Amino acid sequence: MERYGAAILIGIAVGFADRWMMLRSDYRHYPTYPHGQMTHLALGFIAASLGAVAVPAIAKPDYVAVTFLVLAAQQFRDVRNMERESLNRLEETKLIRRGSDYIEGIARVFEARNYLVIFAALISSAAAFWLGWQYGLLFGAVAIILSLCLMSGSYVGDIAEIFAGEVHFQDSLLMVNDIVIMNVGLPATRQKILEEGMAVIIRPKDDDARLTLDAPGQRMAIVHDVVSILGSKVDINETELMPMARKHPDKGYLGFFLVANEPDLDYLMEIIRKVPVLESARGTALKSYFGRKAAD
Amino acid sequence: MDTGISNYILALVTVDAGKIISGGCPVFLAADQQEQEKISLLLARILGGIVHDLENGVYFICRH
Repeated sequence: MERYGAAILIGIAVGFADRWMMLRSDYRHYPTYPHGQMTHLALGFIAASLGAVAVPAIAKPDYVAVTFLVLAAQQFRDVRNMERESLNRLEETKLIRRGSDYIEGIARVFEARNYLVIFAALISSAAAFWLGWQYGLLFGAVAIILSLCLMSGSYVGDIAEIFAGEVHFQDSLLMVNDIVIMNVGLPATRQKILEEGMAVIIRPKDDDARLTLDAPGQRMAIVHDVVSILGSKVDINETELMPMARKHPDKGYLGFFLVANEPDLDYLMEIIRKVPVLESARGTALKSYFGRKAAD
Repeated sequence: MDTGISNYILALVTVDAGKIISGGCPVFLAADQQEQEKISLLLARILGGIVHDLENGVYFICRH
């Protein structure tokens, strides 16, 4: 009985710690809501319990319990729906939207994290049950490190070079270097843009990166992340200063334009480098035969 | 799904009436460029659109 107790306890502790470490509320403003964090910690605890009791239940042997565990694991599919729904609701009242690609990415990550918690709890409780509690902790630590590594995706800085661009006007067209961003009518607005606007060029390193940056969802994610840190001067009904990322149709790089509350170009570039590459936007042209052939 | 029209011209503001043949939206005739800019700005703020310049003396307000 003692062995069961230790295995379950270690499994739950490792799983819960894992969820806690993966719960990062960072500059992307998510999830900064304390109640949201509570929800995820509670779900993480449930996931950890599920993983932890699985091995003792099999060893007992209590196959009915195992069947129920599988049923319970289905619940975590709802996590994705829950996140997607709440983020979509919030989207309606945002000036700068995240975009559905980003929301889908976040929702998927939240679901996957719970499975990783189950996995970590399972590994550590199995080790604790068969090898002893010291091994349980050791395997738990390895599982936590592994899940942290698995969850870190690539960033825009990995797939593209980012350097400063120049805002200028060609008659009424706002340009970033040689990329047309938009038509600005009022001379007063043009003056403001020339004084306060910031521009960055995002040049993809290869064809895959070019496809990734082509995706409007990925561009919305870049704009959203930047604005959530540096702010923007867009207001309701005054959308002339909308931050935008537009591509050069022939050369494939993006021109990014922003009028920020905190005009700091170095940090702007640093923030763009740290924007996650969205799974749904990731280009995979070079993985296909024809894509590789067409690229030469 | 949103099936409404989302991009459309809300109003035209011109200093040269000869440049515009009546279309589907209101046209405002301004005396000079200063008035034109002012009318455009006010209309844009009220209607929630953006002022664009056709570079021939015609401004229009468009919602995106």
